[in-house]
Amino acid sequence: MRVRVEQTALPGIGVRHDMVTTSGRRLGVVTHRSGRRDLVFYDRDDPDACTADIPLTDDEAEALADILGASLMLGQLSGLRQQAAGLLTEQISIPAGSPFVGRRLGDTKARTRTSASIVAVLREREVIASPDPAFRFEAGDVVVVVGTRKGLDGVTAILADGDPDG
Amino acid sequence: MHDQTVLLIEVGALLLGLGLLGRLSRRIGLSPIPLYLLAGLAFGHGGIVPLSASEEFFAVGAEIGVILLLVMLGLEYTASELVGNLRAAAPAGLIDGLLNALPGAAFALLLGWGWLAAVVLAGITWVSSSGVIAKVLADLGRLGNRETPVILSILVIEDLAMALYLPLVTALLAGIGLLGGAQALVIAVATVVVVLVVAIRYGHIISRMFAPQDPEALLLGVLGLTLLVAGLAAGLKVSAAVGAFLVGIALSGPVAHHATQLLSPLRDLFAAVFFVFFGLATDPADMPPVLLPALGLAIVTMGTKVLTGYLAARRVGIALPGRWRTGLALVPRGEFSIVIAGLAVTSAGVAMEPQLAPLATAYVLITVVTGPMLARLPDMRWFKDWLRRKAQSAAMSPAPVAD
Repeated sequence: MRVRVEQTALPGIGVRHDMVTTSGRRLGVVTHRSGRRDLVFYDRDDPDACTADIPLTDDEAEALADILGASLMLGQLSGLRQQAAGLLTEQISIPAGSPFVGRRLGDTKARTRTSASIVAVLREREVIASPDPAFRFEAGDVVVVVGTRKGLDGVTAILADGDPDG
Repeated sequence: MHDQTVLLIEVGALLLGLGLLGRLSRRIGLSPIPLYLLAGLAFGHGGIVPLSASEEFFAVGAEIGVILLLVMLGLEYTASELVGNLRAAAPAGLIDGLLNALPGAAFALLLGWGWLAAVVLAGITWVSSSGVIAKVLADLGRLGNRETPVILSILVIEDLAMALYLPLVTALLAGIGLLGGAQALVIAVATVVVVLVVAIRYGHIISRMFAPQDPEALLLGVLGLTLLVAGLAAGLKVSAAVGAFLVGIALSGPVAHHATQLLSPLRDLFAAVFFVFFGLATDPADMPPVLLPALGLAIVTMGTKVLTGYLAARRVGIALPGRWRTGLALVPRGEFSIVIAGLAVTSAGVAMEPQLAPLATAYVLITVVTGPMLARLPDMRWFKDWLRRKAQSAAMSPAPVAD
């Protein structure tokens, strides 16, 4: 599980983090002082040179980190999706103005009202799998829901303003 | 026409021309520095259109340009980066100094220009252009490359070395002589050390004097402090440029970050004025006789820079292609070389070899134009193939048997 990440200072520019994957490829991230981040991939033949250099904005970097961090959970969910046609998964974020910020998952009564299930919550790059009814939401949480299209829309509406019919 | 009207027309026309040149240079993927120098040569003394009314404006603007170039250079680094680099990259910096300063000095002595010109020319051939190289690295997508820290730390060491070299040259040029030069050097070393210590320990307190969220106050405050310290430093014969560089280093954190954003457009404006002014001060008629010597000097010192980079990269275990990339990236000389030449030309203390300024102009023109092109060489197919063949033949040849 532990991966060795090397950190190198780039005077005048920022920092570079890089690592070598099990498959032998080197990849890294250059973090500029300005906050810009570049995703870099190194050449197979010439491990000192990078072949691709992809600038990412803050939002893009965060989105990429979320995808990578949550990949395990989403992989399992997509397997589930293939097994049962008509069943969908969706990530719904809890906006700061949601009535459920600071309240318990049980209070949403989401399953009873929409028959869709909340199977996981993503909070700050961590995955909280199968949260129980006593779990408390915070603003910025992303809820992973499984259900029919109608059920998912219902949960979205509940989390936004507490009303399953929008 | 009224003098001020003429001034407005001259300055306006020249800046407009520079704007178009800058755009052109970006189109063809070059640094605008050579074009600004050429523009300066075209006007002024012996040029096509002599500028009369705006000469004073350009002289003051050029002075501010040097100061802004250096304060921004200082803002790029934190004091701890400088000190941290000093330990790690000192050997590479030493090789760099020896391999690149000595050819310049030898060249001046060979031409019989005297030891003072030798010291000046040594500086001109020694320092690579941080500005041009940083831009080339970003343009070529090499910031993530593993040899890039080697290049950057050589640049950092050079910049720090300039903080000691410039005051020495300033003192020598003022005609104070070797003893006065040594005295200036001691003052400079002490100042640099004190500033570094203060910046590392109390940088946040100095930065707290300024509020990063108020752009107007921050701009005026930082610019004021920089000019004030630069002026005081010049008064102490430590050179205004070094004073500005130290102010840049002492500022840190969000203040440095915001000041960089605010000062960048000002720096672009006055740095352009500085390069033009240097061109203005040179008579194009002086250029042809120094072109060949400049070319020779450029070829020799481009070779020594490549060797410097190659050796420095080898020291930290970079593979063959990376060593070539390091060496070729370091080739361009630019703003610092012009700053040094400018000091030599404008100093009133001693008579300087009149061919020095045209030589420096031609030299910088050659390296700053060919350097970024040479930096692309390692990405070419044939260059890669050549390196691969070399690596293969090295692997094929039987290993020496130890007995």
